[in-house]
Amino acid sequence: MTSIETHLPTDVSASTPTIATWLTTADHKKVGRLFIGTSFVGLVVGLVLAILVTFERINADSYQILSDNSVPQVLAAVRLLLTFGTVVPLLLGLAIAVVPLQLGARSNAFPRLAAAGFWTWLTGLGLALASIIGNGGPKGGNSNLVDLYLSGSIVLGFGVLMAATSIAVSVLTTRAPGMGILRAPLFTWSSLVGSLALILTMPVLIGTTVYVYVDHRYARAGFGGNTGVNQWIGWALSQPFSLLLAIPALGIVLDVVPTIGRTRLAQRSVAFGAVGVVAVSALATVTQTSITLPWEGAKFFDNAGTKIADLLPFLLLNVVPVLGLLGVLGLSLLILKSSKPVISAPLTFVLIGLLGILLGAAAHIVGLVQDAGLIGSIYEAGVYVPITFGAITIAFGGICYWGPKLWGRSIPDKAATPLALLALLAIGLDSIPYYVAGFADQPTGLVNGFAYSGPQDLWNLLTCAGFVVMLLASIAFVGLALKSFTSGEAAGNDPWDGTSLEWATSSPPPTENFAGVIVVNSATPLADMKSASSTGKVA
Amino acid sequence: MLALPPASQPAARRQVFVGTAVAGAAGFMLIGGMMATWLKFRADAPVRESLKRGFIKDWMPDKIVVPEIAANMMLLGLFVICIMAQWAVYSAKRNDRTHTGLALGVTALLALASINAQIAIWTQMGVGANDGAFHSMFYAATGTMTALLLSGFVYTAVAAFRYLGGRTKEVELVSAHALYWYFLTAAFCAVWFVIYVQK
Repeated sequence: MTSIETHLPTDVSASTPTIATWLTTADHKKVGRLFIGTSFVGLVVGLVLAILVTFERINADSYQILSDNSVPQVLAAVRLLLTFGTVVPLLLGLAIAVVPLQLGARSNAFPRLAAAGFWTWLTGLGLALASIIGNGGPKGGNSNLVDLYLSGSIVLGFGVLMAATSIAVSVLTTRAPGMGILRAPLFTWSSLVGSLALILTMPVLIGTTVYVYVDHRYARAGFGGNTGVNQWIGWALSQPFSLLLAIPALGIVLDVVPTIGRTRLAQRSVAFGAVGVVAVSALATVTQTSITLPWEGAKFFDNAGTKIADLLPFLLLNVVPVLGLLGVLGLSLLILKSSKPVISAPLTFVLIGLLGILLGAAAHIVGLVQDAGLIGSIYEAGVYVPITFGAITIAFGGICYWGPKLWGRSIPDKAATPLALLALLAIGLDSIPYYVAGFADQPTGLVNGFAYSGPQDLWNLLTCAGFVVMLLASIAFVGLALKSFTSGEAAGNDPWDGTSLEWATSSPPPTENFAGVIVVNSATPLADMKSASSTGKVA
Repeated sequence: MLALPPASQPAARRQVFVGTAVAGAAGFMLIGGMMATWLKFRADAPVRESLKRGFIKDWMPDKIVVPEIAANMMLLGLFVICIMAQWAVYSAKRNDRTHTGLALGVTALLALASINAQIAIWTQMGVGANDGAFHSMFYAATGTMTALLLSGFVYTAVAAFRYLGGRTKEVELVSAHALYWYFLTAAFCAVWFVIYVQK
């Protein structure tokens, strides 16, 4: 047995937190909050840039905010900020902060690794963005800054990998006695699956980026120089990778819905399977491979054998994830039907977010049918944005749900619920018009110089409005969260009458999380404790 | 913030070992992904006629001579490292400090020898990273592998310092260290076959 320290001494954060404390902390709750707080900055900046791009698309000939040369860089910055600047840190942060509490652990595994992961990720993201500002990035004109973009991407990848490793090892090794993996909360399970997915995919991204970096720096012979950057590593800013990144969000849905519904999730094995199925199917196609379907309409039956051979991997890799998402939605609806819960902000956010992810994943199937002619069109953005906004919206729900535990104060439902409806509006505006424009052959990657039949200005105006609505909702949510968590109503230790262990400790939890070791006997240990105390038995 | 007295330490669940396994999986995906890209480039290369080997893929330039002896010695060295690392585990489990230290020392020495062999390969080949696609990819792939070998050397040094420094109960760390070298050896087997044998 090793005696390596995996937690801080108890007196470290007993004093008033200072800037130095935040800079040097290895407390998982603080590291998680650092990830979450920084991701809000990424979200707001990413949405502002997205508004610039979509505004210029409204009238492709009249408005000229961005120079032609800067368009690829700005588009890359939008994707980088929304994917690795928002979705990844938001969900990683929630997992780092909440999962150890759900496990009944005193700390996460390798807490210093998680803290180092945050600073490494932030450094990498900063380098990549700085290089884009200086005309680096994909198709950038400054060779040295393109190199900086690539090296920043590698650093960013290592940061994500470090944080994901801490989460995965936490789930595998720090569970409370008696908590088998099937007794773990669904967010813990989805965080494990999501972290393992990152651990398996980020190294491929890093390895490819190393190739592109060395080639760009020295030879420019095999990877297309600055124009080849997106071709080789752009898959990490697109789908189905965006779906893979959203997997922890599914666990938030499956934790929030039963708790708010005041019931237990009866079909836990189905829920575990649904999350796993989405991950395995998405994982198989996340890199450079894209399984498309040459349907050829009525000619399908002329060569049915070959067509079925094409159809099987297509169904397995693209349709099965949607079935998994439908499983999560079906379980949620079953719970809601039987329990009839009151409308609350976490519930509204997670259900709307789930619909967004489902919409994007279903649209992804259509986009890969070759006969539809959507490959290379703006339709692709209509797949990416609802999945990304869906994951962000679910994370907002997660913050409403676990915020009282992490900060000790609640976000008022009446103020937060309308923001979820704004997010729904944003998801609708940033998906349906993109689909219509995609079918009308509006190209992706361009902001001007295109024309097609139909009211193209209207579709692009609607998508621009969608980003504006999402920006307003995000700013309002951040403001509300800041106000609520600093001067809001005290939450109490168990504001949702929860059943998992995070609600068994004080809000906010002490440095070591729990006063003693909790022995778990079921998937709802806190409910067992409450039941035992109400009947006078010792748990 | 309320600071409760710490709970008693639950039984450890081989955290370092599991962490090393996860890191090993990540490293294997890193090398696996790089080898897959290498094979794709090789497969996509056009066919040309070689004076020595008939019709071959136009991938590795004729003038390049890969020093295969050094590459083979690297592979053999890594196999021996696995035996030495496992010897360290065997000795540590029996609380045999002397043999554990000796095994870790030999492991570190062989790790340095492997890195030295890689540098010898680069020197003897005498080509630059800017000479073409093969060259830049060769340096990227072998450079990444060397970085991993260096991380293995650091792991050995940490395990040795901690064990010999008095933490003789830390058998798990020595076991995890051995696991890491197993992973590195498997990863180098892939590099050796794809880059030095298949070319």
